[in-house]
Parts: sequence; structure tokens; C-alpha cells
Amino acid sequence: MKTLISTFALAATLGTTAIAETIATGDLGLIIERAKGSVLLIDQSERASLARIEGLGDLSHASMVYSPDERFAYVFGRDGGLTKVDIVERKIANRVVQGGNSIGGAISDDGKLVAVSNYKPGGVRVFDADTLEMVADIPTGSKTIGLVDAPGRRFVFTMWDTGETWIADMSGEGAPAITKIPEMGENPYDALVTGNGRTYITGLFGEDGLTALDLWQDNPKPIRVLPNYGRGQKDMPVYKMPHLEGWALTGAEFVLPAVGHHEVLWIDANTLEETGRTKTYSQPVFAMARPDGRQVWVNFAHPKNDTIQVIDTVSKEIIHEFKPGPAVLHMEFTSRGHEIWVSVRDENKVKVYDTHTFDLLREIEADSPSGIFFTARAHRTGL
Amino acid sequence: MRNLLALLLLTGAAHSGEPALDPTALTRLVHQDCGSCHGLTLKGGLGPDIRPETIEHYDAEVLTTVILDGIPDTAMPPWRPLITEKEAAWIADYLLKGDTQ
Repeated sequence: MKTLISTFALAATLGTTAIAETIATGDLGLIIERAKGSVLLIDQSERASLARIEGLGDLSHASMVYSPDERFAYVFGRDGGLTKVDIVERKIANRVVQGGNSIGGAISDDGKLVAVSNYKPGGVRVFDADTLEMVADIPTGSKTIGLVDAPGRRFVFTMWDTGETWIADMSGEGAPAITKIPEMGENPYDALVTGNGRTYITGLFGEDGLTALDLWQDNPKPIRVLPNYGRGQKDMPVYKMPHLEGWALTGAEFVLPAVGHHEVLWIDANTLEETGRTKTYSQPVFAMARPDGRQVWVNFAHPKNDTIQVIDTVSKEIIHEFKPGPAVLHMEFTSRGHEIWVSVRDENKVKVYDTHTFDLLREIEADSPSGIFFTARAHRTGL
Repeated sequence: MRNLLALLLLTGAAHSGEPALDPTALTRLVHQDCGSCHGLTLKGGLGPDIRPETIEHYDAEVLTTVILDGIPDTAMPPWRPLITEKEAAWIADYLLKGDTQ
């Protein structure tokens, strides 16, 4: 009898517990703590950090993608580590070291495949999102950058050394079907795909300009965008490569950081023609549009990396400039854009600002924070 | 007395002319800022591996020049606008000595 009562009690307890522990993840996120090899679980609504998850290896220049259910994050570390973090149970669910030196990754539109791009050995490796077992190895013979997902279970990526872009179609059985597009340009350093998965744009370091592909075509051809945009100007030293991951589409235009020139470039999203330029404080690193497209927030390369400028997308003029602190590395908007989270690496803080009043709302302690990633990314192509 | 004089001279030297080297700040620069291309542990990224076993065949002077003036037509920028020659020499020595973990 006593045992029976215990069983009942246990069942009752478990039942209650199961309900109490239902964890909604839609307003959560993770922050990379680059030097410590940990991630900080954050709550956007509470503007708070909830937990630290450790043991992810070298996280300098780390990024991540989310599973469709917003429960798992796949973190891509510089040391080749691919770590699957369970944000409900606040622990590492699985981890493999898949390469020697990796740079980023993507998750397929169906959420079943996770791809990682590597500098060494150069190429892309594709893993089962559930088990992290490798399902495809695609050597490229080059440092591989700008890896994104595209509709139709495809991955698109570009080679720094050879200037080619490859499209790997994983929709069929067996080995991926690869389409190679040569002559994208000299030393592509990063790339992005638009939210509808149609336009892939890679930025070039070795020459002025960008190169686009129309992924709706069967055999996309390179489309030159703003060739020689810095013509007649002296290139200035670039102490940190810009990033194109935070692509900025503001209504009908893209905004992209120039390389070697202290400005952002405005491009018509349909014609890919230049529509304007805005002079900036220094070499831009990220130019990120608020989700409604009304503002673009820009941060800068060393040694001017203590500053953020905010550009109004209607007038293309700078409407706000401020200094969050030393080494502003990354910015992430809430999904509707009412707030922005800013990592200030050398102050060991993440700062939350109101994007309408620019007021500082909260400071959160973090150890050398870099990338900030909200789970809402799970539902967006290319992020 | 002699010690005091030496101390005064030393302090005086540190405060006149070029600012004194700050190893903590320079170490941070190497890992955080050189590291944005070469990796936080300097084993390479978009830029090459610059750990001691990889660069040991270079003279410190050559490395110092590369740091100050960059390498044309590559992503290696000139750091001369941001650091002094002494600081560049310190970084070259630091990279070669291999105390980089």
C-alpha cells in the first residue's frame, strides 16, 4: 500500500513537473562567449541571461543556426567543432570535430541537414541534423566562405582562392548534385542570400564590386554589381573583413558595406544598380537593417570599433551616432525590431537599446561576447 | 642613492619620447585583432597560420616590416598607422617566441 501511494505521489509529481517545465523558446537566444568557449542563454523579453553552457571549444568567429522547432542550436566553431546545443535542457546534446578550421554553416530548408564550410581542409561537409553523422563531403580545394541555405534543400557556397560559387543540391538520393559557377571575381570574402532565397550576392576583396547570382535560373550566370565602385579613390587598409551575413534589405534596396572605403552602398534589389552611397565613420563591418527596413545600423572595424551609426533608409542620412563601448562586435534585432542587442567585447557586456528612442535599456554581463543569435532566425532563409 | 638615480632615469626615459610598450594591450591586439583573420589561437583563418612552427624561418626584421607595411595585393593591411615600430618589433618577437596560447 505504501508503495502504491508512493507511486501515485510520484506520478502526480511528475505530471505537475512536466507541465511546469514546458519551456517556450520563441523569445530566447544564445550569445557566443568567444574566448571562454561557452554560450550564454538569453531571454529577449526579460532582457536577461538565463544560463551559461560550456565546452564548445574555440569560438572565435563562431556562428550558429537553429532547428525549425527552435530547440536546438548548431554552433560552428573556429576549431572545426560542430556543437548541437539543447536550449530547453541547457546542455550540449552532441558535438563533433569535423574539420581543422571552419568558418560558418547553414541548415537546410527542411531542417534535416546541417552544412559546415571549412578553410582547412577547404570545402563543405554536410551532417545529419539529428545525429551529426556526416552524410556528404564536398572538397573544394579552396578556403570556402559564404555558405547559405537555399530553397529546395540546396546549399550555396563560394571559394576565396578560386573565385567559384557552387550550388549543392541535396534533394535527391545519394551524392549531392553540384552546379559550379566560375568567374565570380577575385577573392570573394563573404556572401548572403536574400530572404526569398532568390539572389545570392558575394562581396569581393580582390577587386572593387560584388557578384550576384539569380538562383531561380537553372544555370545562374555571374552578374557584376557595382564594378569599380571605388574608382579614383585610394583603398584604405581593412583591419577586419566586413560581413554580409546580416544582409540588409530596406524596402526596395540592399545596403552593403564597401571594402577599403568608408561607406555603405545602396543597391536596387531588382535591377542591382547603385542607388546611393552613405559616408560612414570608418570601415563598416556589419550593415544590418532593422526588420521593418526603416533603419540600418552599422558597426566598424578596428580601431574604430567602439562606435555605431544609425542610417535612416528614406533619407540615407546618418540620424544617430553613439559609442556603446570598446569592441562592438555584433548586433541582433528582436524579430520585430523594437530593440537591438549589441555585444561590447572588451567591456564584457551585452547592451540592449530601444531602436526608436536609442535609450539604453539594460546591460548584461557576458565574457568577451561576440555573435548574438535569437531563435527567430530558425524561420528565415539564409540566417 | 645610485639605485634611486637609476630609478629616476628609468622613469624619466619611460615618460619621454615614445610611450612605453604595454605587453598586455599588445597581446590582446595580437589575439583579438590580428586574430580576426589569423584566428584567436593564430592557427589561421582567412589569413595564414602564424604560429611559431610555421613562421620560424622568417627573421624578426622581416616580420616587423610585414606588420608595419602589409603585403600588397593581399588582405594583410599595413599596421603602421596604428602602432609604432617598437610595438611591431615586439609583436614579431612575441609571434616567434611562441608564447601564443
